[in-house]
Amino acid sequence: MSIKLEHLNYIYSQGTAYEKQALRDVCLELRDGEFVGLIGHTGSGKSTLIQHLNGLVRATSGALYVDGKNIYDSSYNMKGLRAKVGLVFQYPEYQLFEVNVLKDVCFGPKNQGLTDEEAEERAKKALAQVGIDENCYEQSPFDLSGGQKRRAAIAGVLAMEPEVLVLDEPTAGLDPRGRLEILGLISRLHRERRITVVLVSHSMEDVAEYVERIIVMNKGSVMLDGTPKEVFAHDKELEQVGLAVPQVTYLMRGLSELGIPVRRDVTTVEEAREEIRRLLKRRETCGQAAEGQ
Amino acid sequence: MWNYARRDAKTWSSAITGLTLQNEDKSATMGMISARQQCRLYRKREQSMGIIQSSKLTFEYTKKDEEGNIEEVKRAVDGVDLDIHPGQFIAILGHNGSGKSTLAKHMNAILLPTEGTMWVGGKDTKAEEYLWEIRQTAGMVFQNPDNQIIASVVEEDVGFGPENLGVPTLEIWDRVEESLKAVDMLEYRRHSPNKLSGGQKQRVAIAGVVAMHPKCIVLDEPTAMLDPSGRHEVIRTVRALNEVEGVTVILITHYMEEVVWADRVFVMDDGKIVMQGTPREIFSQVETLKAYRLDVPQATLLAWELKHDGVDLPDGILTMDELKDELVKRICQ
Repeated sequence: MSIKLEHLNYIYSQGTAYEKQALRDVCLELRDGEFVGLIGHTGSGKSTLIQHLNGLVRATSGALYVDGKNIYDSSYNMKGLRAKVGLVFQYPEYQLFEVNVLKDVCFGPKNQGLTDEEAEERAKKALAQVGIDENCYEQSPFDLSGGQKRRAAIAGVLAMEPEVLVLDEPTAGLDPRGRLEILGLISRLHRERRITVVLVSHSMEDVAEYVERIIVMNKGSVMLDGTPKEVFAHDKELEQVGLAVPQVTYLMRGLSELGIPVRRDVTTVEEAREEIRRLLKRRETCGQAAEGQ
Repeated sequence: MWNYARRDAKTWSSAITGLTLQNEDKSATMGMISARQQCRLYRKREQSMGIIQSSKLTFEYTKKDEEGNIEEVKRAVDGVDLDIHPGQFIAILGHNGSGKSTLAKHMNAILLPTEGTMWVGGKDTKAEEYLWEIRQTAGMVFQNPDNQIIASVVEEDVGFGPENLGVPTLEIWDRVEESLKAVDMLEYRRHSPNKLSGGQKQRVAIAGVVAMHPKCIVLDEPTAMLDPSGRHEVIRTVRALNEVEGVTVILITHYMEEVVWADRVFVMDDGKIVMQGTPREIFSQVETLKAYRLDVPQATLLAWELKHDGVDLPDGILTMDELKDELVKRICQ
């Protein structure tokens, strides 16, 4: 499923003293099966943007095409769109409400009009995907641990079997292992079910590790768009808008600035490890580089 | 009723003192450890008493059914001994549910121990008459800035704490100004908090605590909801308060990079403190940390992996700069 945004503008509280333009002429295309990272400082428009993707917020002007159809057409089936684009908000566990985990996850599919049996089947499948054990089904969702709650809440969206999964900072507040579990889960869903994933994140290290394409938002506009390597080549610009490049990228640039011949476009620990190993194998090159300077 | 309990406690403690003194005579003849020595040690401990101390601190959450019968008891903090000295920067790590926040909530008497004792500034948190003093000694900052800001103008929000303490109005204004200066938010004093960024809001929340002149600030995941620059702002502010103002800092976090500045790191698991040491000591144990669902800073991880590949690097490298210097040495030798 492809989503195309054309000259999208969104203005909050238009015509009041609090008027604020949250999106400015955004043009984007999210292609089928992509794993996209969306980064930007607080207030850059990320959350507003993702709320447009399933029609929760209606653009002030511009068009949004899903599979070639403009969702702002009066005849467009908005309910169908919400089943196709699953949105996982920040701290989704705050939205858990049912008496037990299974019922909570059934809520979405039941609202889609599925029968109790179908909904339960979907819910069980989704819970298995996020790694929640059968013996938790009857537990109150509030008795789960922090990481489990988060996963149960994500299962609630997965049970609707969306074609596009949008997650707003799904790892905020989780411990390092919990973070890895969630990111591993998302990455597996993307790989195995080929769903399109949009991941909003504040961790440059995480996006560098997992996504294929990064979109950088600043003041409501798309500032950069490209592969992690392309985007993280713009370290100065990123720093100016309150972002950064991954820690290892700083290391490799630091080495490179000392005249050591290393690649400057390294973005993950694994790449850095290989690059340094390669370098140490022929360490005499350093001397030559120093002479060359 | 409370007063009786207090008096009891006092007679109890004097009885103990009497007991030790009696024992002292005996020990002289019986060759036991001198009780006077013990007494001296005890006094010394009292003088150099840490700002936050606990002894066998235990806290249990009890879940009751509708009839009030106990269904389940969960021990969130289990026999924790702490001794944090004034001016220290302490970091507490631990996975979700390891008991960090429950422990933190004991540090300003939001929770009282089920068993054991917590002393804040030398005062037992169970003693109700010290409650205000304790809350003034140890201020708390929580994860979500939006849940902590109550006023519609920044400076009024910061003044809320001292106003509640009964500080005279003129002094409140002085304190507001000095606190906002300390967190570098003075130019926003007349702004509305809801127009600020996450990092700025969190700094206002910190200023609100600073205005109460605490000796100690406890921050429970203050950066969890912030972007990289917001995180950086908050950590820089916290470090400045610690280094310049000498405020004791207790920082709970899931970001390993924020811990490298601490004097001491505690790792919690299952309600207990399972590791403690300097950041270097803690982060040199990569595998143990992973077993506790934790991680190490990226620099430490890379160094550790390179070490496994046979590169000769010291243990516990904490920052990319350190790693860079070490690598340059290896490459250019």
